[in-house]
Amino acid sequence: MNPLGPRENVIDVQGLTKKFGAKTVVDGFSMQVPKGAIYGFLGPNGSGKTTTIRMMCGLLRPDGGGGTALGYDIITQSREIKARVGYMTQRFSLYEDLTVTENLAFVARLHDLDDAKRVIDEALQEYELAPRANQLAGQLSGGWKQRMALAAASLHQPQLLLLDEPTAGVDPKARRDFWEHIRGRADAGVTVLVSTHYMDEAVQCDFITFIAYGKKLIDAPSADIPRAVGLHTLRIEGPNLHEVYRQLKGARGVDQVARFGSSLHVSGRDKSALDRAVAPYRERPGMDVLAAKTGLEEAFIYLMGGAEDNFK
Amino acid sequence: MNESTYSFARVKAVLAKEFIQMRRDRLTFAMMVGIPIVQLLLFGYAINTDPRHLPTLVEMGDSGPATRAVVQAMQTSGYFDVQGTATAGEADEALGSGKAVFVLTVPPNFERDLARGEMPQLMLDVDASDPVAAGAGAGAMPGIVQQALKPFAKTEAPAVETVIHRRFNPAARTAVNIVPGLLGIILTMTMVLMTAVALTRETERGTLETLLTSPAQPLEVMLGKITPYIFVGFVQVMVMLAGARFLFAVPFSGNPLAFAAAVSLFILVNLSIGFFFSTIARTQMQAMQMTFFMFLPSILLSGFMFPFYGMPGWAQVIGQVLPTTHFIRAVRGVMLKGAGFGEVWGNLWPLSIILLVVATLALLRYRRTLD
Repeated sequence: MNPLGPRENVIDVQGLTKKFGAKTVVDGFSMQVPKGAIYGFLGPNGSGKTTTIRMMCGLLRPDGGGGTALGYDIITQSREIKARVGYMTQRFSLYEDLTVTENLAFVARLHDLDDAKRVIDEALQEYELAPRANQLAGQLSGGWKQRMALAAASLHQPQLLLLDEPTAGVDPKARRDFWEHIRGRADAGVTVLVSTHYMDEAVQCDFITFIAYGKKLIDAPSADIPRAVGLHTLRIEGPNLHEVYRQLKGARGVDQVARFGSSLHVSGRDKSALDRAVAPYRERPGMDVLAAKTGLEEAFIYLMGGAEDNFK
Repeated sequence: MNESTYSFARVKAVLAKEFIQMRRDRLTFAMMVGIPIVQLLLFGYAINTDPRHLPTLVEMGDSGPATRAVVQAMQTSGYFDVQGTATAGEADEALGSGKAVFVLTVPPNFERDLARGEMPQLMLDVDASDPVAAGAGAGAMPGIVQQALKPFAKTEAPAVETVIHRRFNPAARTAVNIVPGLLGIILTMTMVLMTAVALTRETERGTLETLLTSPAQPLEVMLGKITPYIFVGFVQVMVMLAGARFLFAVPFSGNPLAFAAAVSLFILVNLSIGFFFSTIARTQMQAMQMTFFMFLPSILLSGFMFPFYGMPGWAQVIGQVLPTTHFIRAVRGVMLKGAGFGEVWGNLWPLSIILLVVATLALLRYRRTLD
């Protein structure tokens, strides 16, 4: 029984607000997630991502606003939602003193699955956990722990996966593998909402929402984000870049200076003002000023900086 | 930079940091300051191994000036607190349930026999299950009687015999009293600690999230978490009972069903206290500290280690609130005094009230932690 129509959004929330004491952690947050999409959820630490995710799956009661997840009301039908959503918490929340199989079996029983044994065997195969099936979870490396957590969150075949910083503190190779599994779920028709700090992961999302200090700053297909932010970017290469960085930071026409390896990316909204600011460096010996494409990372650093100015 | 092997500055750095952390950890701080104060007060004021004013009933087979003189002398001696008269049946029940520690029986025709010099007997029934509590009063009784009846005597020494009848523990063995009490202490310690720590561990390690995000209901989680410890509690009781019987020859003379009822109720009370602590403590260490706060008065003020009636009023009031106090009375009643439901009832209902209050508080607080 699924009350969700074929063309409706898997998540549809409006004006979600949450206060902890006097502090407003989430402020008027709205979002629509279409079925089968991978939706990236970005924002600095403490921006309210986790709180928003918890409200969307009925774990936390919003102080204002409301909406549906999988067609169920997030305020009154949290039990129905919990039974159909796979939620992977930010902090590892399975039992370190149980083995991989025991953990999966426990979660399967919490969901009261009929054919638990078959489901667990399939999950061990799919996530390549079989060789580690009898290891204690506490002895797994960070990457394997997260893989087990994803397997556990997917055991009951949820139609929606909420992944809260699933790859924090995981090495690059393991992150890549982990994302391949997320892709696999999405290809199987599962909708995925994933929060992350990594740009290489953000690029893999179909849509991106960026929130800071409880407010949504941008919500667009990931390819459109740099354009939507409206930044122009120039790349400077040459000696003594740290000195250049200090001179340009805060200069007229320069909204942002960011270091990328051995070059500086200088961005601004006004193209001619940016050109004027950078002009002196074109003359310096050994220094190159080149046109560059504004990337996701510049866009986000810019959004974060702006958010700080607006809210602090 | 000082590169010598030892530097006081580095010691000072660690020392200062330690003090900052000590001050931030309020529970540890409370323990460091609170425990010496509490111990001092308890040992200094509350604990009295020579208890006075123990509740006493008089079974009046006769009345007259000599009887009044004896009762008066008992009262002024300070050992006895004569609370009234009773029939033989009532007096027996009062001894069994612990409401009275002494019962004085004045035989019929006492006044006449005394006047005629026919050596009447005054009998003092003593609840000797706690040999320490009743020992002093029982020992002083013959002297008190002699002194009180002097004016009525024709001869130098009054012609009266004082019979001391030690009930429930005639040999005055302390093990007989301690072992049933230990049952209460051990259950208090382990049940409260195990539940508090087991639940706090889920919070501390983050595994509570798995439970919260699953469709499991709070009640399902609670039942699943607590049931194993009920089982552990019963195993402990069995081990203790076997030890009491075979190692210390402690009798078990009462109704096993009344005993089982008291044990079940007490285990539930302790589990809900542990559950309540777990809703407050954020780490297992805090849960342990809170258990210790509960454990200390349970040992000292429950009548386990020191006679309950030897404590001043305020300490007795605190003792009444502690579940261990009621449980120890019930267990001693059943094991040593042959009590059944009738006698134990007076200890079961306070336990039920404590259970109701603590369980309600725990559930209310648990709901709040979910949000």
